[in-house]
Amino acid sequence: MTVASPNDFQESLQPQGWLRYFSFSLDHKVIGLQYLVTGFLFYFIGGALAGVIRAELTSPISDFVSRETYNEVLTLHGTVMIFLWIVPVVNGAFGNYLIPFYVGARDMAFPRLNAVAFWMIPPAGILLIGSYFITGAAQSGWTAYPPLSITTPALGQVVWIVSVLLLGGSSIFGGINFIATVLKLRRPGLKLMQLPMYCWAMLGTSILVVLSTPVLAGTLLLLSFDIVAHTGFFNPALGGNVVVYQHLFWFYSHPAVYIMVLPAFGLVSEILPIHARKPLFGYTTMVYSILAIVVLGLVVWAHHMFTSGTPPWMRLFFTIATSFIAVPTGIKFFNWLATLWGGKLALNSAMLFSCAFIVNFVFGGITGVALAQVPFDIHVHDTYFVVGHFHYIVYGGTVFVIFASVYHWYPKFTGRMLNEDLGRLHFLLTFIGFNLCFAPQHWLGLNGMPRRVAEYDPSFTTLNQISSVGALLMAVSSLPFLYNVIVSAFRGQVAGDNPWNALTPEWLTSSPPPVENWIGEAPLVQHPYGYGVDEDSLSVQAATGRDLWSGAGRR
Amino acid sequence: MPIPSSLVTLLVGMALVLSGLWVGYNVNLLPLDASANAPVYDSLFRVLFSIGTILFLGIVGLVVFSLIRFRRRSGDHTDGLAIEGNLLLEIVWTAIPAIVVLFVGIYSYDIYERMGGMSSLNDHSAMHRMPAMETMEASVTTAEPAPEGMAPVKAPRVWGGIGTTAGEANVLPVEVTAMQFAFIFHYPEGDITSGELHVPNGRPVELRMKANDVIHAFWVPQFRLKQDVIPGQPTVLTFTPTKAGSYPIICAELCGPYHGGMRSTVVVHEPDAYDAWLQKNSPVAATVASAAGTPTA
Repeated sequence: MTVASPNDFQESLQPQGWLRYFSFSLDHKVIGLQYLVTGFLFYFIGGALAGVIRAELTSPISDFVSRETYNEVLTLHGTVMIFLWIVPVVNGAFGNYLIPFYVGARDMAFPRLNAVAFWMIPPAGILLIGSYFITGAAQSGWTAYPPLSITTPALGQVVWIVSVLLLGGSSIFGGINFIATVLKLRRPGLKLMQLPMYCWAMLGTSILVVLSTPVLAGTLLLLSFDIVAHTGFFNPALGGNVVVYQHLFWFYSHPAVYIMVLPAFGLVSEILPIHARKPLFGYTTMVYSILAIVVLGLVVWAHHMFTSGTPPWMRLFFTIATSFIAVPTGIKFFNWLATLWGGKLALNSAMLFSCAFIVNFVFGGITGVALAQVPFDIHVHDTYFVVGHFHYIVYGGTVFVIFASVYHWYPKFTGRMLNEDLGRLHFLLTFIGFNLCFAPQHWLGLNGMPRRVAEYDPSFTTLNQISSVGALLMAVSSLPFLYNVIVSAFRGQVAGDNPWNALTPEWLTSSPPPVENWIGEAPLVQHPYGYGVDEDSLSVQAATGRDLWSGAGRR
Repeated sequence: MPIPSSLVTLLVGMALVLSGLWVGYNVNLLPLDASANAPVYDSLFRVLFSIGTILFLGIVGLVVFSLIRFRRRSGDHTDGLAIEGNLLLEIVWTAIPAIVVLFVGIYSYDIYERMGGMSSLNDHSAMHRMPAMETMEASVTTAEPAPEGMAPVKAPRVWGGIGTTAGEANVLPVEVTAMQFAFIFHYPEGDITSGELHVPNGRPVELRMKANDVIHAFWVPQFRLKQDVIPGQPTVLTFTPTKAGSYPIICAELCGPYHGGMRSTVVVHEPDAYDAWLQKNSPVAATVASAAGTPTA
């Protein structure tokens, strides 16, 4: 492959300065930040939609918005948060910014494809949000199950399909790019098993994206034929089968959960060792557990359909497969705990958000293993228990990691530090608000509140109001964060090249980095986690818990 | 004399397990158990809750302990210990979750079997409605009238559900039709149509469910049972109520604007009260009582 020299860039028509961020830039760092800021814009839109839902649910009757609007809002909330916030940010934003650094490359493998992938997102997002004001948005939930999606107003549903197809296409382009970059653009001398863990996470994620997203695209195309051309693929009145849609949909949408959490696992694996001043514990098993999650993640989809038209043997197989995904996931969590053990933990915002991620995700994982058991799921499926569970996974898990990552990499993005006091305030408000919002929902689900309802049994009012207070607190928590990231960009303390004293390659250049990442040759980092006291007198085999406890052998 | 750390670890572990078991067996998060499989479900819930509590408390404890014990003191710029891994530890924390997950899987399989989940749906419905020989005949000559009055000619294929009534004689069949935004219950015995489900206490009930428009789901939290009602694909749900009372029937699958209002009630009567309800509502009985009007064919 030919690599353009820095001089070519300066002479090109590419705008320089702040205008770069609004241009068809080919620089992976610019594209990464474009993804990040766009993602945050949609996060606040999706958050406002969640606010409408929580406001409606403060009373047991449907009184805040009309019933149709409520269904539009919950459909948009789900779609925006998944396809325009979490997937683009953990994959597109951090992937584009970090992967070329980690493999020692000057850009992604396909810079133009990369820019195309990003620029598919704003039109898709504008279509989706705009559909609410112009045609009326889709009303059938982010799952768009037929026949409901065939019978609700057609125009909004078709716009929804076009928008999701665009976003899926963007995701596939990105996935191809990450696979090619990790496998083919590694700096000579850098072996696969020397890569930072985020590269492995993105490799696994991208394999899932490339394997499963086309299935969603095909399914939605068939659904749009059913709506527009009155074909009968999923229309029972014309001999179609509605359960087939569910299988095809979840064949993408369960791996989509791993597309949202695996990159978060990778980011945490980068953040923890640096702020704990210790090597990442169990690198090899971490890699294998990512690959195991990728393989198992493809064969668990029907656990979303235990109450649907599924025969007993299928329920049993997917119970076992889903339960076993807890094993590689558990390995990762125990390895992170071991990484913390005996370290020198800096209690900054990045570390606090990462540790809260561990706590939240373990909670969500435990309810997840419970939900995998058919008899348990038959009671709580499609209830607020499930709503609580997946918000613990995607918000308590992935969104907490996104915040940790912003605190961790902001100095590299901008060259300035974020204010730590505001960061800790942000953390505290988010952590309390999040748990207040979603923990009560588990009880609501167990006791009879189904999901996606605008009206409910009056005996559930108090807990719903507590949950809404939690949501309000989460909304408030974004104020110190917003103030912090905006003001610190201009007035923050100057960070220097490597404020965390880290070893991974993105820190071995200036902040913010130059166009082609390094002046001169890319560094060869063969031990990205080589922290720790090398002259330590303790051997790994001989060290006991008491030695660590008493500090024996430490200088 | 300092206490050996292995002893401390052992004691902490035992305290953790005991507290998890205590919490699991004393927790009361579920609604009333009003069907035969609800207590079975609740015992699974207690086991899952105990295991979950042990895991969660253990991991949160480790995180909080690490954050306090290993926090960086001001002025300390040294690194932690350069421990990159430990094979034995990795084996332990792969094996233990695998064993736990396997145990939970086998146990929940057992629970599922006791709830009747593993009974073969279509064999059962065919057997239940007509003898095996007649099934073959019926499938060949579908135009012929029904060999027995109450069952349809050809038992429709059942696509999902939970069936426990195979081989039981005293089953009460109810046909459920879900539509936007109501459940309609039809009793083939006595030809009663009702907007509420009335069932006698202690007698197995088989719901034969179909949907007219979109997917709905039939859920009674007090029975711990839920089954989607799918257009074009009949499903069944069987249960045996064990406590008289009124419980909500909730639609659990998004079905349109009034989804949240799609609710009904299941009334579990004592057997004699159920017979009285049956008498009162049967169109035949009503005709006989008034001795007037044209009987409907």
